[in-house]
Amino acid sequence: MSNLDPAQAARQSRMSLLAKSEPSRLAALFPALADVPAHTWLRTPEVGAVMVRGRMGGTGAPFNLGEMSVTRCALTLPTGEVGHAYVQGRDKDHATRAALVDALMQTARADEVQATVLAPLTAEATTANSARAAKAAATKVEFFTMVRGED
Amino acid sequence: MPQDTLTGGFTEAPQQSARAFRSLMNALARPGTIEEITGGTGPAPLSAAAATTLLTLCDGEMPIHLAGGHDTDAIRQWIAFHIGAPICARNQAMFAVGTWQALTPITDFPIGTPEYPDRSTTLIVEMDTLSNTGATLTGPGILTTAQLSLPETAAFQQNRLLFPMGVDCYFTAGTRIAALPRSTKVEAH
Repeated sequence: MSNLDPAQAARQSRMSLLAKSEPSRLAALFPALADVPAHTWLRTPEVGAVMVRGRMGGTGAPFNLGEMSVTRCALTLPTGEVGHAYVQGRDKDHATRAALVDALMQTARADEVQATVLAPLTAEATTANSARAAKAAATKVEFFTMVRGED
Repeated sequence: MPQDTLTGGFTEAPQQSARAFRSLMNALARPGTIEEITGGTGPAPLSAAAATTLLTLCDGEMPIHLAGGHDTDAIRQWIAFHIGAPICARNQAMFAVGTWQALTPITDFPIGTPEYPDRSTTLIVEMDTLSNTGATLTGPGILTTAQLSLPETAAFQQNRLLFPMGVDCYFTAGTRIAALPRSTKVEAH
């Protein structure tokens, strides 16, 4: 995964952002984009389940954490750009919007989409992450050993 | 990535796959009957009937073998996007697609075991044309006799002797499909 070119890495990060975004937030931001082109389905939105796997401490043996529902779709714009989306939850409209954002980011309107939709989502994700990290950090226990003076 | 590897899937998966499954089931239940099957299209040389069959019957846990001229990058990518099935060698295949020349000798394919005769390959044989002429078929699902334009008869007679093991075959041409299960007796016309 580390040898992606910058364009792939950027697409990966925006798809990750869209996958984790709140359906209501994307629905609120999306109408700000004027004249979204009509799209053709390559894969109509479908709901499925994926197994979430984890590694203890990030390095241990993989284990199955549990299943989560995921909605995916793929579409193409009249100009030929292909947009994919895998989003958490069962909201098919949300998946459609995410795929349209992915497709529009490949067109000349990338800057507009970035500013209108992705930048606010990124800011909110960063805020939420740091708030959560701060809450977790507040519960951290520092262990230390008192000098026992044995020698 | 070429566009046609991403197109050609079902547009209304529940209805189209149910109709296609019905055609496939009827074809296999009544050997020699030619059914229409539509819904999917794949990159050439995959026929619409073969593409729809793969979309209907295969998923990510169903190893597919692409024989001869069907082993192209376009078809591999089409299968990866729409089905997610692994592409495998002949001796591990659950489904195999190709022309009869590419698929022979069919004795290389898994025929199942006496305990699990279902662990065998289903061949999808791409034909130029399909008609109710040629070899005579008798057996389960056929009232008296049926006729189907099989590419040859000896291989199917050998396959019949393996019963209950053996491979099942679908024959596809354009949007038409017929089937020859392992239980059918074949005689040259």
